Amino acid sequence: MINHIDVSSMLRKSVCELYSNLVTRPTGAAVRCEIELELDRIGDRALTVIDFSHVGLLDFSCADEIVAKLLLQYVSIDAPRREVYFVFRGISESHMEAIEAVLERHKLALVTQHADGKSRLIGIVGLEERRAWEIISQLGAGASADVADVADAIGLSSDDAERMLDTLWRRRLLIRYDNGYVAVGSATIPSQPTRLDA
Amino acid sequence: MTTIINVPHSLEDKSFEQVLDQVAPLPLDEKIIVDTRHARWASPYGLTALLALAQSRAERPILYVPEAENVSTYWSRMDFFKHAAELYELQGRVKSTKAAETSVLLEVTSISKSDDVHGVVDKIQQRAQDALVKNLNLDAKITMRFTMALSEVCQNIVEHAGRGGWVAVQTYTWRVRLGGRKVVVIAVADPGIGFRQSLESAPGFQKKERWDDGQALEETVMRGASRFRDPGRGQGLAGVRRFVGNWDGKLSIRSGTARIAVLPKGDWDEDEPLVEDLSYFPGAQVQITIPERVA
Repeated sequence: MINHIDVSSMLRKSVCELYSNLVTRPTGAAVRCEIELELDRIGDRALTVIDFSHVGLLDFSCADEIVAKLLLQYVSIDAPRREVYFVFRGISESHMEAIEAVLERHKLALVTQHADGKSRLIGIVGLEERRAWEIISQLGAGASADVADVADAIGLSSDDAERMLDTLWRRRLLIRYDNGYVAVGSATIPSQPTRLDA
Repeated sequence: MTTIINVPHSLEDKSFEQVLDQVAPLPLDEKIIVDTRHARWASPYGLTALLALAQSRAERPILYVPEAENVSTYWSRMDFFKHAAELYELQGRVKSTKAAETSVLLEVTSISKSDDVHGVVDKIQQRAQDALVKNLNLDAKITMRFTMALSEVCQNIVEHAGRGGWVAVQTYTWRVRLGGRKVVVIAVADPGIGFRQSLESAPGFQKKERWDDGQALEETVMRGASRFRDPGRGQGLAGVRRFVGNWDGKLSIRSGTARIAVLPKGDWDEDEPLVEDLSYFPGAQVQITIPERVA
């Protein structure tokens, strides 16, 4: 099931009806709590679109509270909280600056989706991991790859490829599906235009 | 005993040091008269710092207002007297005006809580586009980044100062340098605990062999240190540093007895990266300067 969370609505609901900018830590923390409540309602296994289309400004403090701390709870090599996958949409150039900074700080990664339907992996990911994700992503909507496909494409042993894909799954950048893996972002359809307001 | 503090004709970040040289040796409860009668010009830094100065005193100071009508009018338009009336005993004729000042992007505004930062961001967005893109010939991309930087420096007051402070934003023509180029300046001032004391309040903090205001500024501004253990902290000022670097701007932060500056790549400013042994002033005073783009 694909769920959609409009961050701007979360802001108005949790902080103030009149605000359209995501600034300050208390604001970010309140919005994240509201998103977490939504996620609690969604269930234990879900793909969720986090939509920034109607957000004006996103500063570093808010990006840290909303994006980084949200990911840190649901994306962990050791013990991720439930099986929730995120796709981030409606990210403008200025949002991207703040988001990339916090991803780098916490060594996190996420998938953004653009109006052209293409998904991009941003943040801190190893070169081979990125290549594996791109190979699977390029297979197209919902198509899965297995360990052997990736091992062949990248030139890794089967064991190494398996470990790498497992890591990408634990980081919630790949979805484990039947006996293969689907790239997060390839299973959703874009509904919002790319932000150009920089 | 009452001491008169003479305010220089041109009041900006550097000349404000002359004010602090006079104030710093005085006991906090000594009455002071801040004499701005002969002031001819004040930058946003000068105005916000004057308010922080009054906050820092135990005894309510007296302010002799500027005699020149155009100066008094301008300070009124910047909302300086509106706030000063609560902190100083004003003496002299204050020229009130309702006319808007086109060079003012943000009048002197009080910052003490998160909502104030939202207010500032909402207000500046409406005015920044025209001022930065049309008047300073900067790329449209700057508007959001500029507002982000403003938000982060204002949040420093809310998160770290321990008491309220002030922000003001203005464009003006820099006659001294840049051959008369225009600049936009953000000034933020508070009389709070300052960078050193903020870092010292971190859990498990241990002083280094050399530990002073200059070190605290270096740790915070250049290395992203924060009093919070949360690794996500300290990104705001790092973002502001990147912002000024990308737009050939300058960031300077004064706290306690030191001032650190992130200098522009261009040669329009000859400030020192770190100045120490200044006269003590509590809290933090931040200035961001972005110059007009020239072909």
